[in-house]
Amino acid sequence: MASVEFRQVSKTYARHAGRRLARQFLADWFRRPGDEEFYALREVSFALGRGEGLGVVGGNGAGKSTLLSLVAGLSWPDAGEVSVAGRVVPLLELGSGFHPDLTGSENLRLTAALLGFSRRRTRELSDQIVEFSGIGDFIDEPLRTYSSGMVMRLAFSTSIHADPEILLIDEVLAVGDQNFQAKCIEKIFEVKRAGATLVCVSHDLRMLERLCDQALWLDAGRVMQQGPAGEVLGAYRASAQAAAGGHSPFSAPS
Amino acid sequence: MLRRSWDYSYLLVNLVARDFKIRYRNMSLGVFWSLLNPLVMMGVLTFIFTRIFPGAATRDFHVFVLAGLVPYNFFSLAWASATRSVLENPALVKRVCLPREIIPVSTVLAQGLHLLIQMALLLALALLAGYGVNGYWLWLPLIFGLELVFVCGLSLASSALDVYFRDMRYVVESLNMMLFWLVPIFYSFAVIPPAYHTIYQLNPIAAVTLACRNVLLEAKAPPESLMSKLTLVSLGALAAGFWIFGRLKRRFADYV
Repeated sequence: MASVEFRQVSKTYARHAGRRLARQFLADWFRRPGDEEFYALREVSFALGRGEGLGVVGGNGAGKSTLLSLVAGLSWPDAGEVSVAGRVVPLLELGSGFHPDLTGSENLRLTAALLGFSRRRTRELSDQIVEFSGIGDFIDEPLRTYSSGMVMRLAFSTSIHADPEILLIDEVLAVGDQNFQAKCIEKIFEVKRAGATLVCVSHDLRMLERLCDQALWLDAGRVMQQGPAGEVLGAYRASAQAAAGGHSPFSAPS
Repeated sequence: MLRRSWDYSYLLVNLVARDFKIRYRNMSLGVFWSLLNPLVMMGVLTFIFTRIFPGAATRDFHVFVLAGLVPYNFFSLAWASATRSVLENPALVKRVCLPREIIPVSTVLAQGLHLLIQMALLLALALLAGYGVNGYWLWLPLIFGLELVFVCGLSLASSALDVYFRDMRYVVESLNMMLFWLVPIFYSFAVIPPAYHTIYQLNPIAAVTLACRNVLLEAKAPPESLMSKLTLVSLGALAAGFWIFGRLKRRFADYV
């Protein structure tokens, strides 16, 4: 059985054109077919088996984050079917649930609870999490004294230790330094080898090539191409290079 | 996503603790603020109704007033802060999977900790004024538990509506202002004309105040007619709250 499967999934919004929120809501609620709609995703289908990785690429506003939030169960599709089998751990905007006035370890406990850890599991894992993050004694300082890199380290360490069966990654590695990035990618590999499924959004095509077996190229909510990662990412890179007049804004193949 | 319910209880404890810690960590007076507010209001109301309009005051008016202020304070603060809770926690709505109902409920429970502190104050002042401990005190957890249930119900509805109709919080503020006068805080049930008795009993906050005074000041059990109405309205509000929240939560992530 597939661990993540999309069947003809569409996510739409009514066009709002600056309408008041309340009217916007009513428009969404009482939408009739034929009203002007905006497709965040249009008829997307794919199936991922356990332990497989899917890389999602596309320009800004292509629907990549919408796709992740559908997998995470944070929003619902308007058409089609999303089925997800397993514990989802989203690594989205790491550290956004943290509170600046709480200490590192208080934030760690809160995040762990949000990820579904029990009290015992949190206690068992917290030393390991702190050690992986490399934060050391700062763990008892309030979070507002942390640098953005340190916040990211703590958030990543907590989430990755949550025994993910399905791991969602959204450009999260951009903040950490080189060493920590390498350590994170190594850890993600380890989790994947242990059988976790990955859905990964990134502009770092080299990283996607390493982590993912399949790829999905989105443009304005539509699937441009999907299939084996090497093929799709190659085509995407070529088109991005063509669009940029030969100067790729993305990392060049080595 | 199957998680067993005890996992959520740990999450709930953590969210309540977070609310409580954030509120007090950087204040030098800390939890004493929770005592100060009802004490000041009690002082002012006692002054007005024993010195300015002395006619209405009953014996031990300060305890009488506090028995109304404590349930009212809890209700108004919990309802107002829980109404804003979903919008004020975008990270919990957009970045993590959890039953979203837990957001307003944990906010209400965090206010419940203040209620406990204020209850201790109320009981202490009642004892100091010479009202002894009596067996009917056992009613108090039930009475305030029902208030908690009522606030949770209202908050579930209002916090979900606040996402789409941001005016909700001002509606709640105005209603709270009105309620200060409509709950018998500084007047007794005896002065209310009988025509309005049923309406007062159907208002859970008024009902909690009346029941609380029955127990503390009159050393008797709250009448059955009062408790049955309180139970009915509170459970009804909770059911309605869950229903409304459930209907509205699907689009939260798109609007927060």
